[in-house]
Amino acid sequence: MELSYEDTGELRVITVQEDRIDAAVAIQFKDRMREMTETAPPRLLLDLSRVSFLDSSGLGAVVAAFKQAGPERRLELAGLTPTVEKVFKLTRMDSVFTIHAAVGDVTGLVANAS
Amino acid sequence: MGNEDHTQGRRAMPGAPVVHLFFQAEASAVRRALETAMAVLRDLPLAADRVGAVEIVLAEVLNNVVEHAYAERGQGLVELEVLREATALSFRIGDDGREMPQGMVPPGAAHDLDVRDSDLPEGGFGWFLIHELTEDLVYRRLGPRNVLTFRIAIGGDPAGR
Repeated sequence: MELSYEDTGELRVITVQEDRIDAAVAIQFKDRMREMTETAPPRLLLDLSRVSFLDSSGLGAVVAAFKQAGPERRLELAGLTPTVEKVFKLTRMDSVFTIHAAVGDVTGLVANAS
Repeated sequence: MGNEDHTQGRRAMPGAPVVHLFFQAEASAVRRALETAMAVLRDLPLAADRVGAVEIVLAEVLNNVVEHAYAERGQGLVELEVLREATALSFRIGDDGREMPQGMVPPGAAHDLDVRDSDLPEGGFGWFLIHELTEDLVYRRLGPRNVLTFRIAIGGDPAGR
């Protein structure tokens, strides 16, 4: 399960470098997210633009990461591909997370603000 | 003769078989089977939205077989068959694992998300997604065998699901 991150001021962008978050990797994903959020700045953005598929185990792992991060850090999402978006919408988890169309929508704002 | 019964059984089923796979109930074998099935179904062709629905449902159903039906035994075979009908794909998934609780398809109700962040659910979405994305969902226990059948419409879906 490969994840990478880049910090821009108060924002850490974590990018999932895999095309699936499913039952086979959900636990690994949760563990890697814990490592990456423990030392992170207060705002976290999970870039899912390379993830074409996420199942209920993957969704559970993203929710777990959200809970691990809070309440002092906020995990937001960006770049949901159509099938991933479908899972968030059907389960109404899209109402729990702040979801951005693309990472650039957030990093652009951060850059302008600084 | 077994072969004749098999042939007649096939003929009696509506639609043309497009996928018929047997594989081990183990995470990486399931992932490969899912990839194979999806490669065939994408070629049918299917609208992108329908491909997503099929992949979500199959992943959930197959994970359930691995994690529940065969949980105690730790191994077993899974059978996946997909038939193409006029307006839907028809699916049949078989395994020789444990019977479903109360001998029925788990209900899979929607979660209450109006809770504190720390109380948000991390599981139990699987059957909810299966119910939402399928039609004619039927579970049967046939002797030692679990058989789950359902359809996914491939025509236009106004709800966009």
